[in-house]
Amino acid sequence: MTALLPRRGLAQILALIVILAVDRVVSPQFFDLRLQDGRLFGSLIDVLNRGTPVALLSLGMVLVIATRGIDLSVGAVMAISGAIAASLADNHSLAVVLAAALGAGLICGLWNGFLVAVLGMQPIVATLILMVAGRGIAQLITEGRIVTFSSPDLVWLGNGSILGVPVPVAIALGMLMLTGAVVRGSALGLLIEATGGNARASELAGVGTRAMILAVYVWCGVCAALAGVIAAADIMGADANNAGLWLELDAILAVVIGGTSLFGGRFSLVLAVLGALIIQTMNTGILLSGYPPEFNLLVKAMVVLAVLLLQSPKLSGFAGIVTRLRGTKA
Amino acid sequence: MKGLPPVLITAIVLVAGFALCAMQFPNIASTRVVGNLLTDNAFLGIVATGMTFVIISGGIDLSVGSVIGFTTVFVALAIERWGMPPLVAFVAILALSAAFGAAMGAVIHVFDLPPFIVTLAGMFLARGASFLLSTESVPITAPVYSTVSDFALRVPGGGRLTAVAIIMLTIVIGGALLLQLTRFGANVYALGGSRATASLMGVAVGRMTVKIYMLSSLLAGIAGIVFSFYTSAGYSLSAVGVELDSIAAVVIGGTLLTGGQGSVIGTFLGVLIQGMIQTYINFDGTLSSWWTKIATGVLLFAFIALQQGLVALARRPVAKRAGAVS
Repeated sequence: MTALLPRRGLAQILALIVILAVDRVVSPQFFDLRLQDGRLFGSLIDVLNRGTPVALLSLGMVLVIATRGIDLSVGAVMAISGAIAASLADNHSLAVVLAAALGAGLICGLWNGFLVAVLGMQPIVATLILMVAGRGIAQLITEGRIVTFSSPDLVWLGNGSILGVPVPVAIALGMLMLTGAVVRGSALGLLIEATGGNARASELAGVGTRAMILAVYVWCGVCAALAGVIAAADIMGADANNAGLWLELDAILAVVIGGTSLFGGRFSLVLAVLGALIIQTMNTGILLSGYPPEFNLLVKAMVVLAVLLLQSPKLSGFAGIVTRLRGTKA
Repeated sequence: MKGLPPVLITAIVLVAGFALCAMQFPNIASTRVVGNLLTDNAFLGIVATGMTFVIISGGIDLSVGSVIGFTTVFVALAIERWGMPPLVAFVAILALSAAFGAAMGAVIHVFDLPPFIVTLAGMFLARGASFLLSTESVPITAPVYSTVSDFALRVPGGGRLTAVAIIMLTIVIGGALLLQLTRFGANVYALGGSRATASLMGVAVGRMTVKIYMLSSLLAGIAGIVFSFYTSAGYSLSAVGVELDSIAAVVIGGTLLTGGQGSVIGTFLGVLIQGMIQTYINFDGTLSSWWTKIATGVLLFAFIALQQGLVALARRPVAKRAGAVS
């Protein structure tokens, strides 16, 4: 088992390398980096920077999916938190703005978690409610306008840099380490996997499955709110109609590419974030190649199908044989 | 009979809501407004009918909005650029969308994958394909279009029952009959109740899955044609988010999202409730259209919570008996 663990993720790393190589062919300057005004620039940094919102979403989503759930509302939560941040930014300190926006995410997460864990609704259905209503709530906050702001603190959050690294990338990295430390540094990760593997059995074994489910939805809401603040800071405004639109699908895709099964159980935070980077590297490559950005959707559809077929239970018998053969060889 | 109470509640909500609207704006209670409501929501009614079958069978179809978008673009280009006669274009696109749905159903069954994610891929695929065809709005000028758009049955009170509304009503009635009176419909319920049991009882699960998704995509194709009649144009971004509206209509109509229970008539009432909220907001004039989303969300929650309560009630005696045995 332990010998297998390093092999996990090999496919994702290979995929990323292949896509990077394709990008290099498409755009020869792809790997160029330069330091300007104390911040790194270049296509690679661009990939990291633009990949941040989906990477943050996937951090929360991977935990939700590990419990055999799904959160469709993250895009709407992004719109809500972005709207709150943008409307408060010019009159309040950054701490207040962040507290309000992340607090809203927390409440959204609590709502979803309550519906799933306490009322026992199907996750798709429970989070569909906020997905539909959330964008309306966001528009209520912005009163249907695109709210802009000029608060330098919040703008820094989207466009500044720490030691040459763009702030959003630093935040995503920080969140990855924080989440990793909490779930892998304790038994929490194991309990979450147990809940997803078999909720009834875990419950009987003494795992507080309800608390686990509630916690992952709350964390997913907070991550989505953070992504929403960063997305708003990036464009110095909040557009309730378009902020985070369809990003829930990208986040789910990132988790699936990262090898976490939609049927719950074993999950990997790092690979989910890697999945988000793979998606963004593909997007950037398509943009650089001069194809219309709409081409993205077709490519994504193909990737989803390919990954799904690889994960399919019907094919896993075949995969099992391959692993066993490998094991005997070693 | 089991499916009746939720449908009744939907009907009561519709009638009560309509009465409230009519009290505030007496003009709402006219055949003219009701006729427009049917016309404006014709494509939604058609697509939600297909969604009802999918959801009762225990699945979900997220690709319908994209299929509508693809259909409008395909039809517009086929008629205006490739010089196809409109009827040939319609037959071609319906065959194409049926094949698309059949392919999704086959993937879901053969590889035993969650319908949610397979139809999500289908959603990307159809939307991407319509972008490839054209990213601009293509106006349709064929004479058939103006004939169909102008056609309407006059109803007493100044109302107009348009061709697209008639198509929608026909499909809703046809769908309801198909679901309630045929072997196919009984199999749909059986699949949603329990896949394993249905299979043991001799339902060809694979063939049924393919047929159900084929039906949903076919109806999405028809909805796309109706949508192109309605707007006289093909646009790759049309009908974004319709999958959510139609799922909401199905749920508000009392269909159980876990499958096994529900009705096409309920879905039709759900579509009317959404249309009614929209009409009320239009009449009010000061409310913004995003209130529609919030109201739909609230209704969704209310109906799902209600279902949850009903399911819990139905399970209670079983739990008691199990407790007594142990």
